[in-house]
Amino acid sequence: MSVVIFLLLRLAPGNIVDILFATGGYVSETDKQLIMQELGLDKPIVTQYLEWIGNMFTGDLGKSYRYDVPAWDVIKPLIPVTIELAILSTIISILIGVPTGVMSAVKQDTMLDYGLRIFSLAGLSMPSFWLGMVIILVLAAYIGWIPPVTYVPITENFTIHAVQFLLPSLAVGYRSSALITRITRSAMLEVLREDYVRTAWAKGQHERAVIWRHALKNAMLPVVTVIGIEFAFLIGGLVVTETVFNLPGLARFLVQAILWRDYPIVQTLVMFIAIVVVLSNLLVDLLYGVLDPRVRYSS
Amino acid sequence: MATNVATIDAAKGPARPGLLAQLVRFCRKKPLGAAGGALMVLMVLTAIFAEPLSTHDPIATDAGATLAQPGAAHWLGTDHLGRDIYSRIVHGTRISLIVGLLSTILGSVFGGLIGLVSAYFGGKTDLITQRVLDILQGLPLLVLALVMSAALGPSVENVVIAISIPILPRAARIIRSSVLSIREMQYIEAARALGLRHLRIAFRHVLPNTIGPFLVLTTAQLGAAILVEATLSFLGLGVPEPYPSWGRMLSVSAAEYAQKAPHLVLFPGIAISLAVFGSNLLGDALRDTLDPRLRGAQ
Repeated sequence: MSVVIFLLLRLAPGNIVDILFATGGYVSETDKQLIMQELGLDKPIVTQYLEWIGNMFTGDLGKSYRYDVPAWDVIKPLIPVTIELAILSTIISILIGVPTGVMSAVKQDTMLDYGLRIFSLAGLSMPSFWLGMVIILVLAAYIGWIPPVTYVPITENFTIHAVQFLLPSLAVGYRSSALITRITRSAMLEVLREDYVRTAWAKGQHERAVIWRHALKNAMLPVVTVIGIEFAFLIGGLVVTETVFNLPGLARFLVQAILWRDYPIVQTLVMFIAIVVVLSNLLVDLLYGVLDPRVRYSS
Repeated sequence: MATNVATIDAAKGPARPGLLAQLVRFCRKKPLGAAGGALMVLMVLTAIFAEPLSTHDPIATDAGATLAQPGAAHWLGTDHLGRDIYSRIVHGTRISLIVGLLSTILGSVFGGLIGLVSAYFGGKTDLITQRVLDILQGLPLLVLALVMSAALGPSVENVVIAISIPILPRAARIIRSSVLSIREMQYIEAARALGLRHLRIAFRHVLPNTIGPFLVLTTAQLGAAILVEATLSFLGLGVPEPYPSWGRMLSVSAAEYAQKAPHLVLFPGIAISLAVFGSNLLGDALRDTLDPRLRGAQ
């Protein structure tokens, strides 16, 4: 994994030194060599890679070329913002996705089913950054609200903070809810045809109890898988949403670091995203055991 | 697109009724899919006839008509440089479709070949290929495309390559799993008993039977590819000037002029959404028709 990320970045034409020079006007060739040497960019790629990996194991993630401080120091304050956004968006996507999926399955092939499926596919089709822009525009036009230019921490003003985070989460959450809706629908369709559900109906149980307690419980397994996958992919979706809403998160910073060819930052961020993906997949695997006794792992 | 659907259906049916009858049946059974197909046909037509359809030169600036509201002179208004939004959207269709289609085809064909080789030969080849693909798939599509396009530099060809790379592992997975089951079939055993060479069996006997899942995959990825292109262009890492790209129309205009001229934000976004919506609808319907087992999978 690390090799691939490293090589991809080194393929890039142009490096930070050139970019710094382009903005700073003419600088002599010897100065350029000096900076290259200082940043370690003159060494062979293999050496650069081995140094990076070696340093990573000792907890040193390299120094940001641009800010001249350790990469970790730049990244650390950005993590809570992105995590908060990701969790909020996931919650919103579940709140939208599961009920629409269930209703869609229960009323299969009715107008309601078609309507809900169009609603969820529309979410999948709209770029989340555009949806964010439209939300801002509508709010500005009707209640004269314009998103704060700077990030407001939760300790400073709770209401502004909540609005600042809820809107982008809505834009991202609606988009990821589409897949949850689809999986919930197909899982529910399967479960609703099982014998035990017919038994529940025959016992004269209320519709609500049959659908939401008996059926949904067993339909949740594939849904949880998708939520796990979505959580990781949400971070990709946040890249643009953070940019639109001006939130100082990891994802927005990744774009800036890429534009600056700030390798240590980009490498660390991409590795971080990859680790989150692997961890969320692991979490899903473990959750299987909790949700379904049949797949409980024997020790 | 629509003709593809009909050809598949025709290939499946033993009696082979007329192409038109097949099309009508598909429309009746899958109204949503047919609507998606119609949207895609409309998009292809717009891309082909962009010149006669547009009212202005998409890259000509007009200092006298900056930020004009939608009206008779400029149907969808103009941007901050006085460029006609409607004509830019019409021409943007071409870029979106070309980048979307090429990257999807590139990614699916190479990914499919990797999947075919990996599954057909199995063993160590399979193991190593799968691990490399695991790594590529471990990163969100957008993040990988972002890193790739930054690494390759901005140009239309590079954007196509950057978007095709995240599609590779997805295509390889799907083709691999269908080849794995085809490989065990009796007619393959028969071909081997006849002494045919591996290459011939792989390409002549196995590959044609993976066309169903392959088509489903390409339509499903097309929407994603169009969306990623728009996002990359929005971030300034996509298709460079002077090509009118939907994503970049949003980025230039959005921040500064959105309050004064909301049409700058609205129309390109609607164009992106419709294009992706159409290919998603069609992809869903195709998946339901051709491969019920894949229903619900990504």
